[in-house]
Amino acid sequence: MPELTTAPGVDTETTGRNLILNMGPQHPSTHGVLRLVLEIDGEMVVRALPDIGYLHTGIEKSCESKYYHQVVPLTDRIDYLSPLTNNLCYVLAVEKLLGLEVPRRARWTRVMLNELTRINSHLVWLGTHALDIGAMSVFLYCFREREELQKIFEFVSGQRMMTSYFRIGGLALEPPLGLMERVADFVSMFPSKIDEYEDLLTANRIWVGRTQGVGYISAEDAVAWGLTGPSLRAAGVPLDLRKTNPYSSYDEFQFDVPTRTESDVYSRYLVRIAEMRESVKIIRQALDGMPEGPWKADADGIVLPDRDHMKAEMEALIYQFKIVTEGFRVPPGEVFQAIESPRGIMGYYVVADGTTKPYRCHMRAASFCNLQALPKMIEGRLIADVVAIIGSIDIVLGDVDR
Amino acid sequence: MSMPTGIFILISLIKCAIALFVLLTLVAYIQLAERKIVAHIQSRVGPNRVGPYGFLQPAADAIKFILKEEVTPAAAHKLLYLMAPMISVVVALVAISVVPIGGTFHLFGYPTQFQIADINIGLLFLLGVMSLGVYGIVLAGWSSNSKYSFLGSLRGGSQMVSYELALGLALIGPVMIAGSLDLRQIVQAQSHIWYIIPEFVAFCIYLTAAFAETNRIPFDLPEAEGELGAGYHTEYSSMKFAMFFLAEYVNMVTVSCVATLVFLGGWHGPVFGPPQLQLWLPVFWFCLKVGFFLFLYIWVRGTLPRFRYDQLMAFGWKFLVPLALANVLITGVVLSVMK
Repeated sequence: MPELTTAPGVDTETTGRNLILNMGPQHPSTHGVLRLVLEIDGEMVVRALPDIGYLHTGIEKSCESKYYHQVVPLTDRIDYLSPLTNNLCYVLAVEKLLGLEVPRRARWTRVMLNELTRINSHLVWLGTHALDIGAMSVFLYCFREREELQKIFEFVSGQRMMTSYFRIGGLALEPPLGLMERVADFVSMFPSKIDEYEDLLTANRIWVGRTQGVGYISAEDAVAWGLTGPSLRAAGVPLDLRKTNPYSSYDEFQFDVPTRTESDVYSRYLVRIAEMRESVKIIRQALDGMPEGPWKADADGIVLPDRDHMKAEMEALIYQFKIVTEGFRVPPGEVFQAIESPRGIMGYYVVADGTTKPYRCHMRAASFCNLQALPKMIEGRLIADVVAIIGSIDIVLGDVDR
Repeated sequence: MSMPTGIFILISLIKCAIALFVLLTLVAYIQLAERKIVAHIQSRVGPNRVGPYGFLQPAADAIKFILKEEVTPAAAHKLLYLMAPMISVVVALVAISVVPIGGTFHLFGYPTQFQIADINIGLLFLLGVMSLGVYGIVLAGWSSNSKYSFLGSLRGGSQMVSYELALGLALIGPVMIAGSLDLRQIVQAQSHIWYIIPEFVAFCIYLTAAFAETNRIPFDLPEAEGELGAGYHTEYSSMKFAMFFLAEYVNMVTVSCVATLVFLGGWHGPVFGPPQLQLWLPVFWFCLKVGFFLFLYIWVRGTLPRFRYDQLMAFGWKFLVPLALANVLITGVVLSVMK
């Protein structure tokens, strides 16, 4: 009789009566390639050890061999569920280094698209989180609405996911005619869809039973572990960089920062649902008050010139050629720019040495920091809670590994 | 008029063959119906490539299952690993043999029933055979020598044993009223009133426990794909997997049949028209009621999330079983008062 502890290829160290269970990197509910080594006693998790690195892309290092403007497409691929937020954080960092002022229309468009990205990201989170807990239909409803968003992103930038739409000094292209109408259509339709998700989940006794009181972390621990984003706000700490350190004209918008105090999976769910509604509010304001004017800064040698100027003026043609072929120099210095991504605080630390390429580019990834607190939430819970908790901190493995 | 043994065997074999054919086809199409219905619940289209409206999808699936590679894990217990799916499917098919689906008709000049085996303890036999199904799950998980399978089968074992209790207790009320374990007599006793009305609580308990018994959402913990990969059948492929699949859907049909027989008056329904129609209408009513339950299964799957293991156990032992016991008590008291 083969013993259960001798299966080949599996780490089968057993300590006493506990079993070591390897969860991932190929597992349907570890949201990509997270690997967890769980020590379980029956169904209860005694110890959890996250193992990362299965999606290491080397983006941070790659940035050092790219011109400043070439880094933008790389940033899409870090937190691939909110590419525009990555774009924004990077361009804000470089703009700070350059001391570049961006026109108001570009800032407002950035805000609008960023909030659409937040909704987009939260939709994927809600869908996969619900799927992990067994509510299959919510997943498809979320992706149905996400599809509309992807169409808007494609309309703006030509790409559904890897948008790369923001540029140092403004936007890549003028926002197309008809964009406002499409976004308006979306925000008028979307709140009723949020109600639909809530109908299926918020008061559902199975859902509440699966999420309430699960994955608790105290506010002190959350701060100590560097938890940010909705998970921190669900613990009662109202930290939202859009409010506390406004960037890109966020101070011109009225919105609330939803917080809860229970700090469990259910409260994180409620916070994110409320955030989607707040995002809709911000987008409405952006639609109503979208300023006219230029959509990119007037900075020769840094921002690409207009096509018509290029055809008529020799200087413009030269700038175009120079920027594309050899980039532009950024004065020596270092900057840390942090913004509020859908998963928490995203920070870009960029060091410039006066050349055309960044000397160092480091990202403070919200997923990476949030993941550190995972064992604290998991230990002592059941296996079924593990997937609920992983879902609730909303990690993206591209963001974790970079 | 007693039937010669030879004729009896012949008729039984014919009925077995027909039942097997109908059942297997039905299961294949329930699965298609499930995919279609769930798809429409989720604003999708569902399978529509194979044949018109995807109508040949079950055939394509069957071919796929047969052609897939058979994989047996190196460290598996070969014999039990092979036997587990067989136990599951055989037990599921045996259970359906005592289910009557209509009245009496004549074959080769002898009266016979729409039922393979008419035994006087049909309900008891059915419950007994269905509870054997847990062997398939436990052995599958244990013999696979995989931790995920093992956890799934542990869950499956305890879940099915726990909910079997509630399931059996829920059926006792109707049995007490009918005064028989013979499924035909239980149905005949309902010619005036369906037992869903006097035994509504028992019906709800039965329905809930039946979801757990067949491992369907919201009680699909033994194969919770979000947590355990595929649970007890993680390591199974090809036809061995198909057997588990088949067993699950046959079980669904069986518990739906029992619900119809015990609570919804079996094949009772308006009967009219020529003799041929009068013979087949009851069968039609029966199938309609079973179809309703099957639809309910699919509908629930499109709507609800999954319980957690401890919640499932607490719900079964602390809520369903006491409620079922109370129901038995009240039924008994009412019956003795009325006598």
